[in-house]
Amino acid sequence: METKIELQGVKKRFGPKVVLDGVDLKVGKGESVVIIGGSGTGKSVTIKSVLGILRPDSGKIFVDSQDTTHISGRAREAVLKKFGMLFQGAALFDSLPVWENVAFALIQGRGMARRKAREIAIEKLAKVGLGPEVANLSPSELSGGMQKRVGLARAIAADPEILFFDEPTTGLDPIMADVINDLIVSTVKDLGVTAVSITHDMTSARKISDRIAMLYKGKIIWQGPTASIDTSGNEYVDQFIHGRAEGPIKMEVRG
Amino acid sequence: MNVFASIGALFLTFLGEVGRLTTFTINAVTAIVRPPFYWRLLAQQFMRIGWFSLPVVGLTAFFTGGALALQIFIGGNRYGAEAIVPQIVVLGITRELGPVIAGLMVAGRVAAAIAAEIGTMRVTEQIDALTTLSTNPVKYLVVPRLVAAVISMPILVGIADAIGVFGGYIVSTKSLNFNGAVYLKNTTDFVTNHDVISGLVKAAVFGFIIALMGCYSGFNSRGGAQGVGTATTNAVVSSSILILAANYLLTSILFNT
Repeated sequence: METKIELQGVKKRFGPKVVLDGVDLKVGKGESVVIIGGSGTGKSVTIKSVLGILRPDSGKIFVDSQDTTHISGRAREAVLKKFGMLFQGAALFDSLPVWENVAFALIQGRGMARRKAREIAIEKLAKVGLGPEVANLSPSELSGGMQKRVGLARAIAADPEILFFDEPTTGLDPIMADVINDLIVSTVKDLGVTAVSITHDMTSARKISDRIAMLYKGKIIWQGPTASIDTSGNEYVDQFIHGRAEGPIKMEVRG
Repeated sequence: MNVFASIGALFLTFLGEVGRLTTFTINAVTAIVRPPFYWRLLAQQFMRIGWFSLPVVGLTAFFTGGALALQIFIGGNRYGAEAIVPQIVVLGITRELGPVIAGLMVAGRVAAAIAAEIGTMRVTEQIDALTTLSTNPVKYLVVPRLVAAVISMPILVGIADAIGVFGGYIVSTKSLNFNGAVYLKNTTDFVTNHDVISGLVKAAVFGFIIALMGCYSGFNSRGGAQGVGTATTNAVVSSSILILAANYLLTSILFNT
């Protein structure tokens, strides 16, 4: 399988706190990888490093075999055109109506005429199960689940090759969470994109992934096909997927 | 606790802050001249920063001009120099009070609003979202505010100058028995282009400070509602102090003393 994203020994620390301690991960083209791990284990930092929002202290990151670790400015913007991201809190621009949020990359990035961009936005909204009547609403008028759907529509609007999902089901009721999971699976399959998600919701992880990697103390301690997660033989993974307080993972109560 | 260690730590924090602010300023200023330009956002910021500040700035200028006339009249009276009111009012308003008071009012209104808006965007990951949509947050958020503030402030201060002089005129003619025509003639004969222009130059600098500190505080806000609150306070306090410090510096440069 062709490698789409590769991280080699990525390290990142904030002051004295080491967050990533040499992360190695390969994501193949068209593959859906889920990174699991407890809160504060560096899941968000990992994907933000790939996006260039954070700079790793050492290590290398490749996207389509291009070293993107230290690029910035226009070169970075060009690489980012390959990406779409769904944020944990949807991160919709509250100063813009729903349709302009969805069409943002088209209008700002590609200079598309607003009328045309609006049509495409409504098309993308339909793909995530939202009707044209929400197009002119403000994001604050939507429920959490609807905001996530708009966030997803925005992420796929510019036809990205890679999609990142940051805790896609956090804060949603179980039914809405499943709706979002289904949407993620269908968009990933339909668009043939490479997907990387981070979550601690195991139901979601099992449903949306081809492969699971577990991050613990800044390192990938286990990775394998989703079907093999129950027979990983790794006691850290077992503790996490069964949600047990007792085990090798000790919660740091004092951060 | 070692006193010297804490003083040293404080000093290092201060240096770090100065460094970060300098980097931010350089990024913002270089972004102004690089495309893409967001004209729609610029127009929106002119409305918010310039147009909606007019009532506040106009009212404060009016009352300041009025109070200034009263004070000069009372003070001048001690030397039999009360006739000097129109000259001192126009000088005080155009050179100092117009730009400084407008600057402080706009700092309270605009720097706070900018910091709160950008700070909320920061903590809700909207700024990261801009990046992932291949949009440079500095160009998209900072440049329109900076340009709008630098251009709006001199216009606001020009208007404040006129209203301030008018406030002095009203007080002088209505309650201090000045002759209106003589008052205006003394004003226009006395004031020079340099008086007015120096005030407008100050205004542009203050506009820059206000937008810069608003954006900088917003960009660096951390940790939810409380962080945004702190950012807003910092924006107002730091821009007000910088305005007053810059005012002294500019006065000594512009009037060559």
